[in-house]
Amino acid sequence: MFRTALRMLLGDTTKCLGLVFGVALSTLLVCQQVSIFFGLLGRASSVVNDVREADIWVMDPSVKTVDAPFPLRDTALQRVRGVEGVEWAVPFFRANVQVRTREGTLENAILLGIDDASLVGVPDEFMVGGIEDLTMPDSIAVNPAGFRLLFPGQELGVGRVIELNDRRARIAAIVDASPAFSANLTIYARYSLATAYTNNGRNALSFVLAKSADPDRLGSIAGRIGEETGLMAVSSDRFRMMSILYILANTGIPVSFGTVVFLGVLIGIAIVGLTFNQFISENIKQYAALKAIGVRNGRLLLMTLWQALFVGVVGYGLGLFAASQFFNWPSKNVDALRGFYLLPEVAIGVAVLSVVIVFVSTLLSMRRVLVVDPATVFRG
Amino acid sequence: MAGTHDRAGSAQSGGRLAVRCRGIEKSFRAGETRVRVLRGTDFVAESGRMSFLVGPSGCGKTTLVSVIGGILSCEGGEIDVLGHDLSTMRNGRLADFRLANLGFIFQQFNLLPALNAEENASLPLVARGESNGRAERTARGLLERLGLGGQTKKMPSQLSGGQQQRVAIARALVHEPRLLICDEPTASLDAASGHTVMELLRDVALEGDRSVIVVTHDNRIFGFADRISHMADGRITRTESREDGVSQ
Repeated sequence: MFRTALRMLLGDTTKCLGLVFGVALSTLLVCQQVSIFFGLLGRASSVVNDVREADIWVMDPSVKTVDAPFPLRDTALQRVRGVEGVEWAVPFFRANVQVRTREGTLENAILLGIDDASLVGVPDEFMVGGIEDLTMPDSIAVNPAGFRLLFPGQELGVGRVIELNDRRARIAAIVDASPAFSANLTIYARYSLATAYTNNGRNALSFVLAKSADPDRLGSIAGRIGEETGLMAVSSDRFRMMSILYILANTGIPVSFGTVVFLGVLIGIAIVGLTFNQFISENIKQYAALKAIGVRNGRLLLMTLWQALFVGVVGYGLGLFAASQFFNWPSKNVDALRGFYLLPEVAIGVAVLSVVIVFVSTLLSMRRVLVVDPATVFRG
Repeated sequence: MAGTHDRAGSAQSGGRLAVRCRGIEKSFRAGETRVRVLRGTDFVAESGRMSFLVGPSGCGKTTLVSVIGGILSCEGGEIDVLGHDLSTMRNGRLADFRLANLGFIFQQFNLLPALNAEENASLPLVARGESNGRAERTARGLLERLGLGGQTKKMPSQLSGGQQQRVAIARALVHEPRLLICDEPTASLDAASGHTVMELLRDVALEGDRSVIVVTHDNRIFGFADRISHMADGRITRTESREDGVSQ
């Protein structure tokens, strides 16, 4: 009877396509929106993600996110270094700056200052040049998206000069930094140079990056730093989560994306539900005939669920393929979309959602099949 | 009523009784009122015979065969079909009973438009759990006997009305039911096609001591009946049989 069920469904090409399209559209919409949502959350903690060497971040207790640091006294660095269990500690500077492009427009940028001596805090992968190039006078490293923003249509390269607060900065390297939340251009410079670019005065220290001597005691070492310095010290993981939670709590992003996802599910249920209902409506006499022949309600329910499963699998597959294509080409070629991926967890979650969409729609429509009077087949 | 009981009882002098209804009551709600459709109806059908149920529209013919077919339940009376008391069966068992013992032919054929002729004809066997291949082989053989040998792969939309009704006959007989219920089998056909269909029914359906009940308005086919029960206002008013020589 399963083959009969499929033939009934495939025999009505228009409805079948409508059902598959409904599921595919929902899958595409939800996959795309949820993936972009998680991508944005990832961007909120990109600076933390890119600092691989340190496992403790020390900051003013009022700080809630990596994007809004409160300046520390310069002495904080030495106090952190003096805490037992801290293997090393380095300064880290973060500020928002504006850069004038060749066209004369101003672009927002994130300026990150890393320890002059150790250069701790730069991502591992350089696309042009290397970390040692940052030791040269007035040298900075920028991310590829930032480079293309500053020099549209040009090959990635070093040696070009830009202006930062009327000071000269020479691009000495291109570093593969994670896309950031607040700007497309990320600039790395030595700490001394970065603070000079921003003229922040004496208290310019944004964070102290520390490495615990014993990773198994990370929590207790962070706690000790907090007790002994009066500052807030948290693990990288915790700070990453804090930055994400800040975005969730203080922006309209969750509501905005949540609304689109909700609408996606609603549209899916509406399209699939209405189409399936129409399909069953138009075939109700066939179902009544099957009932009259002696096919039990349970069997009819299984037949309909089988049709729903087919629609769900094909629709989900097509929607997932479309979503993967959306992220595949643009995420490699469009800077604004870099860092957005179709996560496996999202694909699995949307699969569950598709099952819900299809089965809710089916069960709502199925009622008509279950209650149809087989005697209707006798009514000409 | 007593008279009709007597006529029902007299049928036992012919073939073995396949259907015996006594005092069947059935009513439907129509707005605020209840309409009594069957009013203590008595009816019998014998094995190996073709029993016609005739009468004006709205007299209760279709309701009666729906009750006999286990599709509608009755509100009173006794109904024995092939030795089973249908009034004691619930929906699931009734469905199993229909699948095992009954075949239906409908006025509008009710073929599944997405299935070809042999797939449609094989449905009862597939519903019973037989493999598609085996069921379709059986259906194909029956369709060939019904003169549709070259049409087994055609979709219902590619067949004429007469051919579709023959597919419906094949579907009704493929699982070798002991009782065949036909509701206006010639109503959607022209005279020639209707005659052919009835000839096929007589030749094929009556095999194996099967009982055939035909509900019809079409007096052109009365000649195929072994027994004709006339119905009016929810009751059988008169019964004629071939042995009586009345309807020959």
